[in-house]
Amino acid sequence: MKCRKCGGTAVLELRRHNAAFCAPDFLDFFRNQVREAIRKYRMLEKDEHVLVAVSGGKDSLALWDVLLDEGYSTTGLYLDLGIFDYSIESRAKCETFAAARGVPLIVRSVAEEVGAPVPVIKNVTRRPPCSGCGLSKRYLMNRVALDHGIGVVATGHNLDDEAATLFGSITHWQTDALARQLPALPASHAKLARRVKPLYRLSERETAAYAFLRKIDYIVEECPFAKGATSIAHKEILSRMEDASPGAKHNFLFGFLEKGRAAFERAEAVELRECVRCGQVTTGTVCAFCKLADQVKRAT
Amino acid sequence: MKVILRNPRREVEVAGGRRVKDVLRELDILPETVLVIRGDELITADQVVRDADTIELRPVMSGGAR
Repeated sequence: MKCRKCGGTAVLELRRHNAAFCAPDFLDFFRNQVREAIRKYRMLEKDEHVLVAVSGGKDSLALWDVLLDEGYSTTGLYLDLGIFDYSIESRAKCETFAAARGVPLIVRSVAEEVGAPVPVIKNVTRRPPCSGCGLSKRYLMNRVALDHGIGVVATGHNLDDEAATLFGSITHWQTDALARQLPALPASHAKLARRVKPLYRLSERETAAYAFLRKIDYIVEECPFAKGATSIAHKEILSRMEDASPGAKHNFLFGFLEKGRAAFERAEAVELRECVRCGQVTTGTVCAFCKLADQVKRAT
Repeated sequence: MKVILRNPRREVEVAGGRRVKDVLRELDILPETVLVIRGDELITADQVVRDADTIELRPVMSGGAR
């Protein structure tokens, strides 16, 4: 198979683009897609500082790498979930990445912030582990950004993540979630940092290929709690669709963003308040993070 | 030829002398869900792999709380 641009030997076929690329031309393609994402949704100003949420996996480290390559000033944020060897190894990957590039990395421990690590939170709440984990991540990303005076958090969500989230929201007709699904979420309150997803135009196979070709040492092993996760089941369904009809995932997500999402925007905005305990933004009186911490405290 | 699979890491032996896409079909793996790595290079599904080759099929799917 030949590279579409230079005619050299291709290393990756992108069926949804009806193309194949050699390594240098694929890296160019990847960077162009990130630039287009940032431009289209005005995600980042060239001179603003960006907090990059990193997990040690391919997506977030590829994102950090490409943002550094594009000249953005960044700080990494690693949230230690306390998930046994998986967390130890993934933290080491982030620390090695940051040290090699001479960039700052903030580390926060969920066990210290919530009162227990994710495996204990899972038992206390009797909900899927991804539930308490996701809640803690979103809360802590925002709080760390505010504490450090950083106005924007970038995450490594890719096209597959976004398509799977969309699929899940549609399956349950979660109209609130559909209204909020955007590659760039504005700061709708003085205490909310903007959240951006510069990889939303790229599939997870493309982010994995970028990480491999850039020789980024990422954690290949999956989180032990991800097995059986609904998001994985949705991705498997979408991958079968993609195999039968290349471009299906792209069309599903991009069609929603361009034609469908606006229909779910509420006529009246949700009222945002500050949590009476911690001061972070919530729609209720006490935020979900403080309620989770209370639940953990009572049970441990 | 040797095929390295991940999550969990394991190895299987399959016949070489055919295209990567034929190996993937035999192992019931969708091409879009893996990187195909030979040595320190990525290879496309139309490449022919030999009996003496070792390839890694590295999964690209991640999930959970993203």
